[in-house]
Amino acid sequence: MSMSTSRIARAVAAKDLRIELRSRVVTNQVLPFSGLVMIMFAFALDNDDVLQRVAGGLVWLATLFSLFILVQRTFAVETNDGALDSLRVAGVNPQGIFMGKAVALFVQLLVLEAMLFIAAIVLYRVNVNGSGLVLLVTCVLCATAGLAFVGTLYGGLTAGARGRETLLPLLLLPVVAPVLICATRATESAFRSGGLTVGEGWPWVAVLAVFAAVFGLGGLLSFSSLIEE
Amino acid sequence: MSSETQSFKGVGTPTTRMYGLMAVIALGWVFLGGLFFTPEDAVQGDAVRIMYVHVPTAWVAYLAFIVTGIASACWLIGKKHSMGFDRVAGASAEVGVLFMAMTLLSGSLWGRITWGTFWVWDPRLTTTAFLFVTYLGYLAVRGLGGTAEQRARRSSVIALLAVLEIPLVHFSVVLWRSLHQRATVLSPDGDIKMDGLMLFTLLFGVFGFTVLFAWLVSHRQRIIAMQDAQQINALDAAVTERLKEVQA
Amino acid sequence: MSTDSVINFVDAVVVYNGYPALAGVTLRVERNEIVLLQGPNGAGKSTLLRACAGLMPVIRGTANVLGYDLTVDRESVRERVGLLGHQNGLFGELTIAENVAFWSTVVGASVEERNSAMERMAIDGKLAGRRVSELSAGQKRRCALACLVVRRAELWLLDEPHAGLDAKGRDEIDRIVKEAAASGATIVVASHEIERAQQLATRTISLVAGQVRDSQ
Repeated sequence: MSMSTSRIARAVAAKDLRIELRSRVVTNQVLPFSGLVMIMFAFALDNDDVLQRVAGGLVWLATLFSLFILVQRTFAVETNDGALDSLRVAGVNPQGIFMGKAVALFVQLLVLEAMLFIAAIVLYRVNVNGSGLVLLVTCVLCATAGLAFVGTLYGGLTAGARGRETLLPLLLLPVVAPVLICATRATESAFRSGGLTVGEGWPWVAVLAVFAAVFGLGGLLSFSSLIEE
Repeated sequence: MSSETQSFKGVGTPTTRMYGLMAVIALGWVFLGGLFFTPEDAVQGDAVRIMYVHVPTAWVAYLAFIVTGIASACWLIGKKHSMGFDRVAGASAEVGVLFMAMTLLSGSLWGRITWGTFWVWDPRLTTTAFLFVTYLGYLAVRGLGGTAEQRARRSSVIALLAVLEIPLVHFSVVLWRSLHQRATVLSPDGDIKMDGLMLFTLLFGVFGFTVLFAWLVSHRQRIIAMQDAQQINALDAAVTERLKEVQA
Repeated sequence: MSTDSVINFVDAVVVYNGYPALAGVTLRVERNEIVLLQGPNGAGKSTLLRACAGLMPVIRGTANVLGYDLTVDRESVRERVGLLGHQNGLFGELTIAENVAFWSTVVGASVEERNSAMERMAIDGKLAGRRVSELSAGQKRRCALACLVVRRAELWLLDEPHAGLDAKGRDEIDRIVKEAAASGATIVVASHEIERAQQLATRTISLVAGQVRDSQ
């Protein structure tokens, strides 16, 4: 009675998104939190020119801070009532679980980043148009895919018992550093900050795509080992 | 799975003693040569002597990373999941973290003396810093508890993910720093003219530190073996205790 | 040593947090039996059930479930085994219908099987539309059982299934268990409800301090 991975992934993703729609944790807690972070950056940096110049980096930093909360939330849903154990016992294909949770996390991250970019345009006075917008959207899609894959993967390891959650930032931050570096540079190109052209941003997006591919594949192969007891 | 009942004489064997001796000799030479016999650099003066520590420890740090990666892969792939590979992976990571810290410290001091800054965003230094933090995470995962096999499974996967991640980090940082076109060299060891004795001392240092690494890893992995055996003994004792509970 | 037995443990040791939760368990459960697992708290009943489900590593001894050697491979057995543990494995923000639908989809059950499972657990349309977080313990348990029933497992492992249920709920559990046995499943129930469970069970196994005390 084993199901195909894609059907399982779809069921898991739908389930996660439906739970989010009902509980509204992202909209009610994470979005306000990251909005606040963006405002705090302005307090701390206190210089309109500087803010405009570094806006790209601030958006991605705020994303990373919220990533931890989102990852812990997506696995809290599973461990609250032992659902992850039940999924393991039922012999549900872990690759399907990985893809499903990664897709749900991807969607939630996209919603978060959309808000953050709007905040950046409003608060830090950057703007983006034409080819810059194409670059930005591609960058966001590739970077978010990478973040969703690594978040799900390491989140699976640190889920649940015995003070493992505190391990998540330590494990995750070094891994997402390439995303921070490349996404920020591509975003700055999209905003045409500091005299950059849009064309200079594309190599960074290529690295983001490689990152997403590597960890998508790596995640599919490793997830079952990391959620195993 | 039997316990070691003879009195503890240490984890050395004739082989390890031999290369322990080699390490002492090589490092002794590097110490003396590095501090006294080799000339100072035309530009940097005596500060160049930090190179004799910094370059070999950087090399060993990366070697440790590679050894952990290969040992983890061997554990995963082998049908028998031989625990020796897991122990070597763990020992190499621990020793590696030590050498990474030494690399960062010596690099930082060197930068301070020659360039006036404790840190430069040099790709190699930055990647070493990432390697350091990543391996702290790896060691934390090893400490999550459970049986030795559970530990081996989790940490081997984490190690292989690190093997995927570190080149990506390095490449991103290289790309990043290449944007900031600096006319001058990015790291202190770029412009040194190597005199024959300096080169020899440097290479001998690389050799010496590598042998030291091997010595530390083989001892550490034996200690891990003993810790694992001790865990099994404790388990045996606990099982016997429980069996007695029922008979009482 | 018959290979037909559903569960065959010989001196099995299972460790949890360094402690031998099972300190040498020897037991056999044959096909179609309904076995009551009883014993004091801390005896290892839950651990034994989880070990049979392949969730915990068996580090010593022999442990065969449905022909799979758990000391070598404890993942393949899981598809054929159903475990109802202390927790229900449900998603609080979803309704009963959505929970059962999710579990049906990920194990590949059809819509008919899903509806039949809910019927057997006496979950009507009105109840099915309520969110799990709003339900009583007994109702949650029934939902969890519906998710289990839909899997049509060959071996059922039930950990305190009667806990938190009223008399009617407990009767329903018993009915489900009997039906499952009638359709060919093997059932192991860990329970403190000795009298009720003894009526249900064909055999009783006593577990004390991680070992089998006796077996009738």
